[in-house]
Amino acid sequence: MTELQRPRAASRRGLLKAAAAGTLGAGAATAAEGDPANLPPNTPEWAKALGPGVIEEAYGTRSRHETAVRRYVPWLTQDRQSSVSFTPLAEMHGIITASGLHFERHHGGVPDVVPADWRLMVHGLVERPLQFALEDIKRLPSVSRIHFIECPANGGMEWRGAQMSGVQFTHGMLSCSEWTGVPLKALLGQAGLKPNASWLLVEGGDASLMTRSIPLAKALDDVIVAYGQNGEAVRPQQGYPVRLVVPGWEGNVWIKWLRRIEVGDRPWYHREETRHYTDLMPDGRARKFTFVNEVNSVITAPCPEKPLRGKPGFVEISGLAWSGAGRVTRVDVSVDGGDNWRAAQLQEPVLGKALTRFRVPWEWREGQRAFLQSRAMDETGRVQPTFAALRKARGVESIYHKNAIHTWLLEPDGTVVNVQIDA
Amino acid sequence: MSRSMRRALLLGAIGFAALAAGGAMRAQTGGDRAALYRPFPLPQGGAAIGPFGAWPAPPAASEGLPRPIAGIGRPVTAQEIAGWDVDVRGDGEGLPPGRGSVKEGEELFVQQCASCHGDFGEGLERWPALIGGRGSLNTDQPRRTVGSFWPYAPPVFDYIRRAMPYATPMSLSNEQAYALTAYVLHLNELLPEDAELDAEKLKSIRMPNRDGFVPEARPDTPDEACMSSCRQGRPVAVTMDSRRFVQPGSGSGFSEPQ
Repeated sequence: MTELQRPRAASRRGLLKAAAAGTLGAGAATAAEGDPANLPPNTPEWAKALGPGVIEEAYGTRSRHETAVRRYVPWLTQDRQSSVSFTPLAEMHGIITASGLHFERHHGGVPDVVPADWRLMVHGLVERPLQFALEDIKRLPSVSRIHFIECPANGGMEWRGAQMSGVQFTHGMLSCSEWTGVPLKALLGQAGLKPNASWLLVEGGDASLMTRSIPLAKALDDVIVAYGQNGEAVRPQQGYPVRLVVPGWEGNVWIKWLRRIEVGDRPWYHREETRHYTDLMPDGRARKFTFVNEVNSVITAPCPEKPLRGKPGFVEISGLAWSGAGRVTRVDVSVDGGDNWRAAQLQEPVLGKALTRFRVPWEWREGQRAFLQSRAMDETGRVQPTFAALRKARGVESIYHKNAIHTWLLEPDGTVVNVQIDA
Repeated sequence: MSRSMRRALLLGAIGFAALAAGGAMRAQTGGDRAALYRPFPLPQGGAAIGPFGAWPAPPAASEGLPRPIAGIGRPVTAQEIAGWDVDVRGDGEGLPPGRGSVKEGEELFVQQCASCHGDFGEGLERWPALIGGRGSLNTDQPRRTVGSFWPYAPPVFDYIRRAMPYATPMSLSNEQAYALTAYVLHLNELLPEDAELDAEKLKSIRMPNRDGFVPEARPDTPDEACMSSCRQGRPVAVTMDSRRFVQPGSGSGFSEPQ
């Protein structure tokens, strides 16, 4: 893919756009007041005539009044085939991402895989090299698990500073689904492992024949070869008919349109695990095989897309927390830039390596300026770091795995702004 | 003392208690964390960890394997495998027979690659540059190219054959893939102009950044969760405000092709 842009590269374009918009800080209009003809005491028009019957839409879609969509950022990539789109996190309810709003990351566009012609090959250091058709995979004992997937470059545009307009772009390479499929362990059991097996190469069937190396211990732990997503077939953009689900690990290794698994005795060192998806440190050396997405969180309401304009009083601060190491155990929220914190309520069930919804009630006084932050902790004791701590450890050029405490500036007029502060 | 201050202190006390309890219950040993972040035994020997020797198998890997269920999956033939098994490992394992020259590569490159990568691999618009950047990795302008960043040469062949040319992948013959690999290496001053490349030659090329990678080194940030008066009286200072670049809202991106 094309390199993700750094703030200064984006700045000219951003400044031009901001200048063109003219009214920095001005926000969206308040909610429409509605048509009095539909409001009490009148009977609304939809109650006075028959609506469409069943199977008017044999495959249903959402209300025509709902407008949340995936968006992409043109300056990030040269084209839309090797590119990324972002989930509108501010519009997400609960912890499951609507399949149609699931972020996309492709390296060669979305292939139109014919399920009858799909095959998965398992070979290399195995006792019995095998080929599976889709019905073979579906005959094996299945599992369903709810897990988040996050591109490790999520937020990577902000290592040097705040430059994105809202939570869709600061954190939207993140989604969570119920995935159904077969434990990878079961497929490896069908093929049998040679004693010297230690790593796997997993390969997609798209136009980039995308590959990554995965250590065998993870493959035998919780990896799923998935054909189901949120109660239906995995979406084409998510790897139809079969993708890998690698719980807690960077999205890049969740190979989509999976076609081949080769068992080997060492990693392959392919392009997507050397040139990309390695983390460059200030000394010029890069960390390799940095798989885990560490504990992270962000407030999704209020946020730049959900300002508080004209609505003083009760505010439910709500957001999402997640950890690739396991369950989120606590989320703290601050409204004063990290001076004082209080623990948020976590929505049950809290699942390992899944999005976790947190909420905390708050009274916003009109005219009050506030710095809203959330800080998550996970069951391994890891605590989400400040930007200062993260930059101290890794500098600003590592692109991937940015999990810093995020700050929204709530202006006195209710506008919410993406900022970074001195901690 | 104001009510809000008292509340903050109280919440702080509760938070610290919770943290202390959580820390005692949940803190993992170094070994557990290593297994979480690096679930792969590293090769012994202390030399640069790479693709030139086998990596140890995880303990008791086969013991946890489910027993095979008869009749699910069918044997795959050597011929079927050969058609799909196109990968080349970092040490060159998997390289096919064949050869190609820098000169042949140059011609192909101009026809099939230069429209994105530029005639000399300098990269046009936002397409990746393939050259330059040596000595830049520890600066604030690091440039990750074949010559400056890729640790091993055979994966250059692997990537070209599996994924290039971008719009017509898997269209190159092995000879063409060798020729293009040769030209890209030549552009990076790693092969002379009159060179020919085959499997043995490609394996023998030592890339400048071969020793530039280290294994996963996290966790590397402190597990601190102060609850109250954490700024110790320092007022909040904004170091970067996104309004320099964008309007708050959805101004960063679009739902339609631009």
